[in-house]
Amino acid sequence: MLINQFLLLGAVLFCIGVYGVIARKNAVLVLMSIELILNSVNINLLAFSLRNGGDPGGHAFALYIIAVAAAEVGVGLALVLLIYRNRRSIALDELSEMKG
Amino acid sequence: MLLGALVAQNIGFGVIAAMMVIAALRVVTTNNVVHAALWLVVVLAGAAAQYVLLAAEFVAVTQVLVYIGAVMVLFLFGTMLTRARIGAEKDLNNKNWLLGIPVALLLLGTLSYVLIDTFGDEELPNDVTPINTQQLSDSIFQPYLLPFWALSFVLLVAAIGAIVLARKD
Repeated sequence: MLINQFLLLGAVLFCIGVYGVIARKNAVLVLMSIELILNSVNINLLAFSLRNGGDPGGHAFALYIIAVAAAEVGVGLALVLLIYRNRRSIALDELSEMKG
Repeated sequence: MLLGALVAQNIGFGVIAAMMVIAALRVVTTNNVVHAALWLVVVLAGAAAQYVLLAAEFVAVTQVLVYIGAVMVLFLFGTMLTRARIGAEKDLNNKNWLLGIPVALLLLGTLSYVLIDTFGDEELPNDVTPINTQQLSDSIFQPYLLPFWALSFVLLVAAIGAIVLARKD
């Protein structure tokens, strides 16, 4: 297997995730796009770990990223629920109070 | 024998990668929040399969447990509690969502140019002994102990923070 096939798959998933973050208005869908981005990073880490002869460091950091992603989804969905409770809507383009 | 295994690996990679890309595109284009969550399951399961191809069994199992088990349930609860309609919705995209396409394509072009320029057709080694769980835990608890501590703190803060944020006063 080429290393580039995994890295390019990661790049494609990353770009799809970036498109989702830019294009989506619903906050839950934006969080899902962020999950796509984090997964592409994990594929890259494991591909490089295998390239360096099976370095366990890549696996360890992939596990750390999975844990951080779980924490991020927990806090993110709590924020979304709070916004929904206060505004009856989770459309991100209506949250304009923080404009400078 | 070895050649057959390599061809099988490549076919497996191609099928799973195509499935993942199609599912990821559906996640960001579908008009239905619940369908997006279910397409995301396909992407995450495909990622777990790719981890197995990359000789990372423990990470693959953790991916299935944490993402498909826990994170997807969180997403579906979030969808339910924000009362998204179960059917299709019209306005899930921003007004200027078209801007996202050139940005993503530009990023993809740059990334693939750099990757192909750097790695060309470099092969992954075939004779690597897979990392077992003991080696992985040795690596977590010896050289990478400090990030592990930091991560434990992050998880604690996230759990407390989520409770504080979502609590009704």
